[in-house]
Amino acid sequence: MITKRWSRRRITEAFVKGMMFISLALVAASLGVILWTVIIRGLPALTWDMVTQTPKGGYYMGKAGGVLNAIIGSLYLAGGGTAMALLFSLPIALYLETYLGDSTWGRYVRLSLDVLWGIPSIVYGAFGFTLMLAIGLRASLLAGIIVLSLLELPIMVRAMDEVIRRMPVDLEQAALALGSTKLEVALRVVTRQMLPGIVTAILLAFGRGIGDAASVLFTAGYTDRIPTSLLRPTASLPLAVFFQLATPYPEVQRRGYASALILTIIVLIVSLGSRWMSSRLNKYTVK
Amino acid sequence: MEDRNGIFKSKSLVLAEGRLQTRPSADGRARADRNARRAFSIITMLPVLLIAVISVALIWRAWPVVGDQPLSKTIFGVAWRPEEGSFGFWPFITGTAWVTMVGMLLAVFPCIMVSLYLSEYAHTATRSLAKPVLDLLAAIPPVVYGVWGLLAIVPFVEHVLAPFAKRWLGAVPILAVNQPTGFSILAGGIVLAVMVAPFIISVLYEIFATVPDDLRHASLAVGATRWQTIRSVVIPRVLPGIVAGVVLGASRALGETIAVLMVIGNVAKVPSSVFDPAYPLPALIANNYGDMMSIPLYDAALLGAALVLLVVILFFNMASTLVLQQLLGRQWT
Repeated sequence: MITKRWSRRRITEAFVKGMMFISLALVAASLGVILWTVIIRGLPALTWDMVTQTPKGGYYMGKAGGVLNAIIGSLYLAGGGTAMALLFSLPIALYLETYLGDSTWGRYVRLSLDVLWGIPSIVYGAFGFTLMLAIGLRASLLAGIIVLSLLELPIMVRAMDEVIRRMPVDLEQAALALGSTKLEVALRVVTRQMLPGIVTAILLAFGRGIGDAASVLFTAGYTDRIPTSLLRPTASLPLAVFFQLATPYPEVQRRGYASALILTIIVLIVSLGSRWMSSRLNKYTVK
Repeated sequence: MEDRNGIFKSKSLVLAEGRLQTRPSADGRARADRNARRAFSIITMLPVLLIAVISVALIWRAWPVVGDQPLSKTIFGVAWRPEEGSFGFWPFITGTAWVTMVGMLLAVFPCIMVSLYLSEYAHTATRSLAKPVLDLLAAIPPVVYGVWGLLAIVPFVEHVLAPFAKRWLGAVPILAVNQPTGFSILAGGIVLAVMVAPFIISVLYEIFATVPDDLRHASLAVGATRWQTIRSVVIPRVLPGIVAGVVLGASRALGETIAVLMVIGNVAKVPSSVFDPAYPLPALIANNYGDMMSIPLYDAALLGAALVLLVVILFFNMASTLVLQQLLGRQWT
């Protein structure tokens, strides 16, 4: 009996299971450690002024002010980029599903979306910069929005596509059988049915957009003012973190940690919010 | 234009009638459908076009440097002296390769283990608990990973790993400690490993889920343990997919900019140990893009760096995506 209980394969089984638990613990712990590090170092420097004021003169040498310019700038950039990406990705996702299906061209489009999704943001940034030089646009909110929308487009379409693919075929066929055109199916049936998915996709893309630094580095510029026009440069939170850490003053570096905490909080709210919204909206879809 | 009774009407009259009718006319609906189809199909070309445009733009802008000197000198040259017009990418290419490899070596085993656990062992409750953790890990912005690396990993490498390696592993050349700081390939690799983990795990999990349950049940029914089932049924079936998922993760790691830049030291020298600093391609682009306009060919060289990155990533991506599409596509049809 004992030999059977502790036969070699059972030991292996237990060993492998142990490795899996350790790996899982490792992944969960790294999330915990990251959040803990950012909170512990960021919270002491996080003051009310940080989120309500723009940098005053000498801010980067430790004088008064906050990063309101970067917070607003990031919201503008990510908001604009997401809106623009949505404008293109909704038609693409609908066209892929209702018109293309699993055709060859549809497969090419999906492949190219996957490839675009993998292109690093620094390459988008460099490409955006050459584009700006070509059309004579300077570092501005508009340029940043355009580059972010390119970055977010594949994320959004892919997320939507995943949801549409899981939609019951019967629904679409029922609508077609009643005489709807494909456009009507797309707008009145598919869009409604995938609303939770669309919301998730939007928030996912927004979260990616607001946290990305490499793409806005050359395209959106950096300024201490809150942008008043699309053609003005704008600050962004990731770059605010980066620049404040690059200064030699400990006081400013601490504010960099606080800015990282602000960014983390925004991203976590977006991420948790998308779960909450999609579970709420899921009630109104046909299962 | 004729209506159903064959009476000729002007186009504007038809349109006016269409507007008055409570139900949209069949013609109008068909027309809307056609127009939408045309508009949508044009928009759908955008992703394919975008890849082409990005590639062409980078090649075009990088050409002054790539075409100016022999390609081998550009790629394998070790001298990076922009003021003298000498642009050798080799230190940056090796730096990128080192940090990516270290990151992947650290990430691959735990990622496979976690995704196997989630797909083969875990209860639904565990799964629904693990998903938000992975989602949050994936949602944390690169710059926050960089802050974490700066505050936690760099000191950890400096005060724990480097002394340990110096004491016990000094004889191994790639573990030699040649500099006193923690800004190193290892620090970059650790940060990268954590960053790509949620991505690799979700891809692998999806791959393992494609194995039909019948096969698992058959194997378990004849008395195999779970691990035996995994080893001899699940893994052989999706091995290409596992490789593709890991390669996809590596191509993610290759392009990571800000987080790596903050912890890796940025020294333009071909590294020889994981405790050496390095200067990966993305960091090179990000650090120098502001002030390259004053030096001739500098911007072309930096866009050349972006081009090298793009070519490698396109290759990795296409290959692994094709494998994955085939593997996952079977399920969808």
